[in-house]
Amino acid sequence: MTEEIIIAGFGGQGVLSMGKILAYSGIMQDQEVSWMPSYGPEMRGGTANVIVILSDERISSPYLKAFDTAIILNQQSMDKFQETVKPGGVLLYDPNGITIHPTRTDIEIYQIEGNKLAIDMGNAKISNMIILGAFLKIKPIVKLDNVIEGLKKSLPERYHHLIPLNKEAITKGMAGLIPFKVTHKD
Amino acid sequence: MEVLDIIKPENQVFCKTKLMTGCSLSYCPGCGHGTAHNLTMEVIDEMGIVEDTIGVAPVGCSVLAYDFMNVDMTQAAHGRAPAVATAISRLWPEKYVFTYQGDGDLAAIGTAETIHACNRGENIVIIFVNNGIYGMTGGQMAPTTLEGMKSSTSPYGRDIETMGSPLKITELIANLPGVYYVTRQSVHTHKHVRKAKKAIRKAFENIKLRKGLSFVEIVSNCNSGWKMTPTESNIWMEENMFPYFPLGDIKVDGKLK
Amino acid sequence: MAELKLMKGNEALAEAAIRVGVDGYFGYPITPQTEIIEYLMTEQPEKRTGMVVLQAESEIAAISMVYGAASTGKKAMTSSSSPGISLKLEGISYMAGAELPGVIVNVVRGGPGLGTIQPSQADYFQSVKGGGHGDYKLYVLAPSSVQEMADFVEDAFDIAFKYRAPVLILSDGLIGQMMEKVYLKEQKPRMTDEEIIEKYGDWAVTGKKGRERNIITSLDLKSEKMEARVHRLMKKYAQMEKEDMRYEKTLCDDAEYLIVAYGSSARISQKAVELGRKKGIKVGLLRPITLFPYPKQPLFELADQVKGMLSVELNAGQMVEDVRLSVEHKVPVAHFGRTGGIIHTPEEILEALEQKIINNGSIRHYKTREPSIL
Repeated sequence: MTEEIIIAGFGGQGVLSMGKILAYSGIMQDQEVSWMPSYGPEMRGGTANVIVILSDERISSPYLKAFDTAIILNQQSMDKFQETVKPGGVLLYDPNGITIHPTRTDIEIYQIEGNKLAIDMGNAKISNMIILGAFLKIKPIVKLDNVIEGLKKSLPERYHHLIPLNKEAITKGMAGLIPFKVTHKD
Repeated sequence: MEVLDIIKPENQVFCKTKLMTGCSLSYCPGCGHGTAHNLTMEVIDEMGIVEDTIGVAPVGCSVLAYDFMNVDMTQAAHGRAPAVATAISRLWPEKYVFTYQGDGDLAAIGTAETIHACNRGENIVIIFVNNGIYGMTGGQMAPTTLEGMKSSTSPYGRDIETMGSPLKITELIANLPGVYYVTRQSVHTHKHVRKAKKAIRKAFENIKLRKGLSFVEIVSNCNSGWKMTPTESNIWMEENMFPYFPLGDIKVDGKLK
Repeated sequence: MAELKLMKGNEALAEAAIRVGVDGYFGYPITPQTEIIEYLMTEQPEKRTGMVVLQAESEIAAISMVYGAASTGKKAMTSSSSPGISLKLEGISYMAGAELPGVIVNVVRGGPGLGTIQPSQADYFQSVKGGGHGDYKLYVLAPSSVQEMADFVEDAFDIAFKYRAPVLILSDGLIGQMMEKVYLKEQKPRMTDEEIIEKYGDWAVTGKKGRERNIITSLDLKSEKMEARVHRLMKKYAQMEKEDMRYEKTLCDDAEYLIVAYGSSARISQKAVELGRKKGIKVGLLRPITLFPYPKQPLFELADQVKGMLSVELNAGQMVEDVRLSVEHKVPVAHFGRTGGIIHTPEEILEALEQKIINNGSIRHYKTREPSIL
């Protein structure tokens, strides 16, 4: 199994940490992982993205052009990364703030109201975990237990009390996944 | 009484500085560097700290200080001696670490290293020989060259308008909290030599206190660079250098004078 | 027992520095390597091992501190990124001249000038062809994974002290910023002052005790002595070539074409090799692990086997010159690389191999320089 993922959105949406938790979860189940972020000023308020690879084998290139899954959290990233999904691959996005929806018909497309559900939960910062939950519903490449273990590993001790909230968010995300049908193509 | 009967330790009033190598000095006759070397080595010898002393030589006339000072020494890139000494002192906190630098090295190319080592309060001694000129390269203008003073790169005299004023780096660093002792001395008469030695001794003793950096400036002559006889240069120094770079303590025990 | 962690390359290197018993780290912030000093300051290694970490006033001061520490036989290192390394070259040349051991890390970004903070391999020439003034060379290790960022710290110090010479770890923004699994070795104790005096007392300046004084200098005003010093350095470099050259071959046994790449480019090229093999192209990869000493002989031998070579680098064509020198005109050699912080994709690399080597019957290696950059 090899899963090549790009996660992209605004800085502050938890893009990098979602990738990190995914990578940690992979480690918890003895997989090879890589996490390659965009870095620098573009992170501050601009777009942030991270390429995460989980594999049963040694990972060659941490930097890729085509992905099995794209997780998209803003319009700029949609414009930039929709085309990078491999045919037959998955595009998961949060429709919040998206004005031009995806148009490809050769891939599976899903929506998750990460931002909205997080606000409903009373914590906007948790949206990335909701989205992660939705992704794991589509592709259960890591077990929920391993995600929790990964969280324990990646979070400093003082944040461990937030783990149940994270777990709840993942469950919410799994339940909130909506398949998206492309109805027209320009 | 035979001559050999007179040569006894109890009759001895002067002898070669033990910690000088005996290698003939590369300094011009009349230059103050030799005396400053001697004083530094005498202090280290008299304090009995030679086994724990590490010196840092600069680039400039005293680049070869390690040929003459019979202690462990490393030679730094131009101006970097305070940074080199910083690391040595941090990694060997029990050692007596000193730099020996000239004005071009310390107050021009090494200004950043000087100020920051002083500001961090490194537990080292800086001996700063200021003769207002680049001697090694043949008499160019230094940061401490006086107004109107001629050098090969200020052949019509230092023009404050275009070349800036002579830099009083010693007063500047004295204002930094990390600096514990700052003094300005000279070595051109026996009276001054004695005072300078006391200052150097105090500086090295301060290392034991771990209160910060000790800085001893020695205003000196450069008869070759100034194009004078040694005697003329000493008189010129008294008349011109000392008014601008007045001798005496500037900061003692962490307090400005 | 090794400890498994998910870490950035920069962090792994910093943690490894603590664990191998480095005595002093002296640094200055610059993207994309700032995590190294941030990690060390946060970890407070002075409490773990007594290691000293100091933020210097400049890159020049930082390398001078390494020079000072190394003068006393201590294990000292600094890290920076391209523009900062340009500043450090003064101290690096002095260290080479004064025969001082020490480790310098360059997490390369795009240049020239202030350039870009994105990954690049444009400091190849600077690293292996001198960089600083005078007749010297640096032993250059090029990590291509987070694990190697950690492991090469110890390797670098081993070489530095074996030869009493500065060693460069040449990484880049990609390897420095990415996270991977890393197995961290157990903590090794730092050498005590007594051990250092015992082991390096014949040259290090630790205080003149029970011996004649030691002097560390790179200055020899007598030409004959200076020439002897240069010859001594050259002898070391020759020994490095003989004993400590490192490289890695992937799928070379049956290869008809060869990609030569180091560091991050080697990782991306590995994927290009996988893609090529899927297409039925018999392509292999040679990864120089040391850039000096360079794997000249393995390349010379492979030149009898393959039809052409592609040097893949994140620059406008630097290492390609060493590939050409190594193969001595036996096969065509072309360059492919992106610059400015753009990272080439595996697909682009494979396409370049097909265009520049496989489908280019008339390729003459000395003609390829111009079209190597789009």
